[in-house]
Amino acid sequence: MSSDPHRPRRQRSAHASLAAHGEPWVWLTGGALSLSVAMIVGLLGFIVSQGIGTFWPRPLELFEISDDRRALGEITAEEAAPDGTRRRLVRTANFEITGRHFEWLADGEVTAVTRPPQATVVERLEGGRFHGLPLRVLKGEETLAEGDQAFAEFARLHPDVRRRIRAVWQIDKQDRGILQRRLRAARLAVVSAELSDGRDTKAWQKAHADEEKQRREIDGAEQVLNEQTARLRGANEGLGFEFATAGGERVVLPLADIVRAWQPNRLSLAEKMGVYASRWGEFLSDDPREANSAGGVFPAIWGTVAMTLIMALLVAPFGVLAALYLREYASRGPLTAAVRIAINNLAGVPSIVYGAFGLGFFCYVLGGSIDSLFFRPALVADGQPTFGTGGLLWASLTLALLTLPVVIVATEEALSAVPNSMREGSYACGASKWQTIRRIVLPRALPGIMTGLILAMARGAGEVAPLMLVGVKKLALDLPIDSSFPFVHPEREFMHLAYLIYDVGFQSPNSQAAKPMVFTITFLLVAIIALLNVTAIWIRGRIKRRYVSQQF
Amino acid sequence: MKPPSPAPINSSAGKPAAPEKIGAATGRQPVADRLATVAAGGQVPAEVHDLVRREPAVLEIDQFNLWYGTKQALHAVSMPIPHGKVTALVGPSGCGKSTLLRSVNRLNDLVPSVRISGDMRLNGDSIYDPRMDVIELRKRMGMVFQRPNPFPMSIYENVVYALRIDGESNRGVLDEVCETSLRGAALWDEVKDRLSDSALGLSGGQQQRLCIARAIAAEPEVLLLDEPCSALDPIATGKVEDLIQELRGRYSVLIVTHNMQQASRSSDYTAFMYLGRLIEYGPTPDIFTKPVLRETEAYVTGRFG
Repeated sequence: MSSDPHRPRRQRSAHASLAAHGEPWVWLTGGALSLSVAMIVGLLGFIVSQGIGTFWPRPLELFEISDDRRALGEITAEEAAPDGTRRRLVRTANFEITGRHFEWLADGEVTAVTRPPQATVVERLEGGRFHGLPLRVLKGEETLAEGDQAFAEFARLHPDVRRRIRAVWQIDKQDRGILQRRLRAARLAVVSAELSDGRDTKAWQKAHADEEKQRREIDGAEQVLNEQTARLRGANEGLGFEFATAGGERVVLPLADIVRAWQPNRLSLAEKMGVYASRWGEFLSDDPREANSAGGVFPAIWGTVAMTLIMALLVAPFGVLAALYLREYASRGPLTAAVRIAINNLAGVPSIVYGAFGLGFFCYVLGGSIDSLFFRPALVADGQPTFGTGGLLWASLTLALLTLPVVIVATEEALSAVPNSMREGSYACGASKWQTIRRIVLPRALPGIMTGLILAMARGAGEVAPLMLVGVKKLALDLPIDSSFPFVHPEREFMHLAYLIYDVGFQSPNSQAAKPMVFTITFLLVAIIALLNVTAIWIRGRIKRRYVSQQF
Repeated sequence: MKPPSPAPINSSAGKPAAPEKIGAATGRQPVADRLATVAAGGQVPAEVHDLVRREPAVLEIDQFNLWYGTKQALHAVSMPIPHGKVTALVGPSGCGKSTLLRSVNRLNDLVPSVRISGDMRLNGDSIYDPRMDVIELRKRMGMVFQRPNPFPMSIYENVVYALRIDGESNRGVLDEVCETSLRGAALWDEVKDRLSDSALGLSGGQQQRLCIARAIAAEPEVLLLDEPCSALDPIATGKVEDLIQELRGRYSVLIVTHNMQQASRSSDYTAFMYLGRLIEYGPTPDIFTKPVLRETEAYVTGRFG
């Protein structure tokens, strides 16, 4: 074997194949990874960069246009027109006056651009934004402040006005809601007595008398509420803020209709951050307004999180039990192979099919049966189904079905990764199969099962198509989990962030103005899914440290 | 391959070996012949020393055959396992030592293709009786595997596992069993302050001793050790061997090993197996210093296998 020690080492030929020179696979695999990372980071970066700036107060520019027109607005886009000149898309607002929210201004027709310090942006409850130059604050015919003092006076008056408006909403939603529910319960009691005992029987008459009594009480209570709201509204009555638009019209905006106003050209950085934080706060905690294109998305956040968690609670036991049977009990054979293939194929079924199934089976068959068994009075009295239509429970179940293959496959993988030596050790101790599974196999496989659940949650939280059929609505302000008895209302329809993206982005009457909102909602949805996942990963990490850390 | 039948049993295998055979070893078939016969699928009578038969047996293996599918892995193995002694099974890889061991607590039941014939008796109870409850049977034995296989739970829970699955929840009983078992496995002093830590954080040698503690926790009638030191370093091996010495007398131990020194150091009796047959079985000093068969001598001195 030993060769001549003086013989020179064989040199690698310069003509040797590429594979002999280096590691082409490193470049290939590394390149593939970088490309994937670049795409993912690019997408996330785009969403974040677009979404995060939506609420930042941008300067208002006053454009002097060659045909003696003037326009006041924010520049939202800039591009080269087909003829080579540059043009700018300006958000001019004041839809009720100009008939449009945006306007393209070619550079050639603009004679001057200034930033008047007193230019004001007004967010209104209805009618979109208003851009104008403040003239005076008035109460009825009386001028409270004008000129430079006007905005300061507005800032002083406005918080109280807003507080009264919110109090009115609170009364309308909360207190009147309670009265309505009481009245409905009494009415249903009458119908229920009629259905079980028949008309004019003793029970019916008692229920009827009770309903009359309730109705009188409720009418009295409503009277009180009406007085309260009238008083609150009256205090806001007559308060207005008069503006001049860029075009020269004078417009009075009732203070009660103003959500907030700011003068972007005058704001310091800290004040801009104040406006920014205030708008984020409204976005995260308020109900939507203006066909969801403004205001908050709180019901949608709530609906998304509630649905995702309920879905996870539903899919976990089903998926884990199914996988346990497949992996631990079922004998290997063509039948189990066929079941496994079928499960994998389920993962490829279009999600809208699940939606159709959910609507047909869960809502109509299951929900319909529940209604006719337990909610007959409501069905008869209102002609409205309770469970027999889309709702949180059915949406969660549909998505649980949709994500079931993911959980089954991941659980099976996790179970097969449990070393057989552990199972044998347990059997050798005299454990039965179920004891072995419960005490050894499941704890050991738990991190893997959690991985499946995390994937399922991520997929379920981002799904839209099936939800449109089984319970998600454009607007549903009654939360599915709230403080009114019985606290969880699985039959209620709900809002969902992913659907909101579709709705605001493509169904909005003012889609150009809603575009930044779409990015912000997308950003929020991604953030919520990331938060759910990070929580689950953290829990998984804890379990892993406890059960799996294997050192040899 | 011939379809196996449970019948081909050499009639002399079950009977006590005649005393005069022992001295006549040199006059027997040469090594190659005997092993060649076995390799060709034939039967040779097992040499079971008389001393083995005089011991009271805790476990009796009786004409035991086992097939993996169509391949026969054990051929009419008959041997008594003495009570309170350490019995070592030696032989080259694939000779069926582990299979025999795993047949004792019916772990081979978990392998779908396995068929058996013959029987084993644990203190007189037939192990392969159809009426025998396998779960109850396994509770009467303890087993330690080649690689340490602690369960993914705390040290404490690992030790009392057998009691837990029996539904024992009296803390006092569990604590006591935990301590005596860990002391029995010479692990108590090392882990007494961290009983609630994960067992997976122990070193390999500690894990194996933990598995031994787990196996003796339920006071087994037989302790089955399947090459308990093959995954351990020499120091951990030494500790486990010392432990086996301490277990001698208190437990009946059946140990499979590849390591001749280990067998000669730690066992009272040694059985030599080859290709699924029991070749020679006797007191360890005899097997290692004056075996009846040349084949045995060739194997224990390292000339083949």
